[in-house]
Amino acid sequence: METILSGIVQGLRLFFSGDPVLWKIIAVSAQVSGAALLISAVLGIPIGAWMGLSRFPGRRMIQAFIYTGMGLPPVVVGLAVYLLLSNNGLLGPLQQTWIPKLFTVEAMISAQVIIATPLVVGYTMSAVGEVSPNLRLQVRSLGATRLQVLSTTLREARRGVLIALIGGLGSIISEVGAVQMVGGNIDGSTRVMTTAILLETRRGNFELAIGLGILLLGIAFLINLSAAQLQGKGH
Amino acid sequence: MAPVYELSRLTRLYGSRQVVNINELDILPGEILAVVGPSGAGKSTLLRLLNFLEPPDGGTVRFHQQAVDFFHVPLQVQRSVTTVFQNPALLSGSVAANLQFGLRLRGLRDGHKAVAEILERLGLTQLRDAPAHTLSGGEAQRVALARALILNPEVLLLDEPTANLDPYNVELIESVIRDLNQAHKATMVLVTHNVFQARRLADRVALMLNGEIVEVAATQTFFNKPRDARTRAFVRGEMVW
Repeated sequence: METILSGIVQGLRLFFSGDPVLWKIIAVSAQVSGAALLISAVLGIPIGAWMGLSRFPGRRMIQAFIYTGMGLPPVVVGLAVYLLLSNNGLLGPLQQTWIPKLFTVEAMISAQVIIATPLVVGYTMSAVGEVSPNLRLQVRSLGATRLQVLSTTLREARRGVLIALIGGLGSIISEVGAVQMVGGNIDGSTRVMTTAILLETRRGNFELAIGLGILLLGIAFLINLSAAQLQGKGH
Repeated sequence: MAPVYELSRLTRLYGSRQVVNINELDILPGEILAVVGPSGAGKSTLLRLLNFLEPPDGGTVRFHQQAVDFFHVPLQVQRSVTTVFQNPALLSGSVAANLQFGLRLRGLRDGHKAVAEILERLGLTQLRDAPAHTLSGGEAQRVALARALILNPEVLLLDEPTANLDPYNVELIESVIRDLNQAHKATMVLVTHNVFQARRLADRVALMLNGEIVEVAATQTFFNKPRDARTRAFVRGEMVW
């Protein structure tokens, strides 16, 4: 109990004193998860909107793939990306500049994009699907082009789309398996909050681990609070 | 004067059920055509076809003498026609935002004067900034009508615009419809269960049964000297199907 209390005090002190090691870890976490979320949003929102509005043969099969993707275990994603990017993998030997190298921030972003995109697609699809078909018909009747129907539907479903983004961020900011495997937890380079907590706990360095833990919990709480408030406004 | 619409051998199927089967129907410029008939007769489907919102399974719709390709409806043609649906589907946001919506789709940003005028005409001025979801049924229907009228459509399609409304709202909406028709010579197709409303508003009335137009005639003729036995029965208030 004493260790925990001492850890909390030390952790808070490190956080509020602007400890450079702690803040570097926070910055890398923000960079990785922020970029991954942005890419997931750019990919996931249009795909989710299209899936929510379209009816075509095979849609249910694609839907099943998306729902499966929403529950992808991060370590499995990490393993897949590792195998793809390693020198003996599928993409690694190609040595192209656009292919990220293992143990870099870019590789970590790639893994997190794979984790977050199905969530953004799935939640967006559901949010768009909940917009009344009568409203979409009315919007068309008022002279909207296809693109205007899509943008209006997304605007009407904006709370659901925001929740999709929050859900995506929640899933990647707190995951450890994928970033550990493809990032390697390199000090000052690919170390993020979750991998640092793991390492510092193993080392017995509880102050830093608790400081990061508190911060991560705080972020997770804010994310969930935002989601709850948005859902509340929706009803 | 050439008809605005010429419908020829128009059919629409939902699964194996034929919901519209119109051999021939012309809709004339500036007229109010009331389409009456029991529920499930295909009246609302006809309106969606006239608004190019869903394609027919057979036949042609000519709009200003041009056959319409429902999969590539020119934007100018699409925007000539607007529908006010039975259940007003309002966008989230204020009443004013709903009214400005159609204008903004057309790239018109400065619609404040038009919004103020139409709000006053429909007795909605005090609700200008009210959130749409807080409106009563009658208010929402008036907003839906205002949102269509502000666009000055060449053709206005009205699907039971006064269903379930109180006499005050019915009277108000009917007077606005009449004014629009007289002032702007807008062509209107009014789907209604209410034969009295058809009699009050329409220049011509069509009876639709099982997707078919049984009879279409000038209002006086339709009610006083109907040709078809089913029309006579309908006018008398008997059940027809």
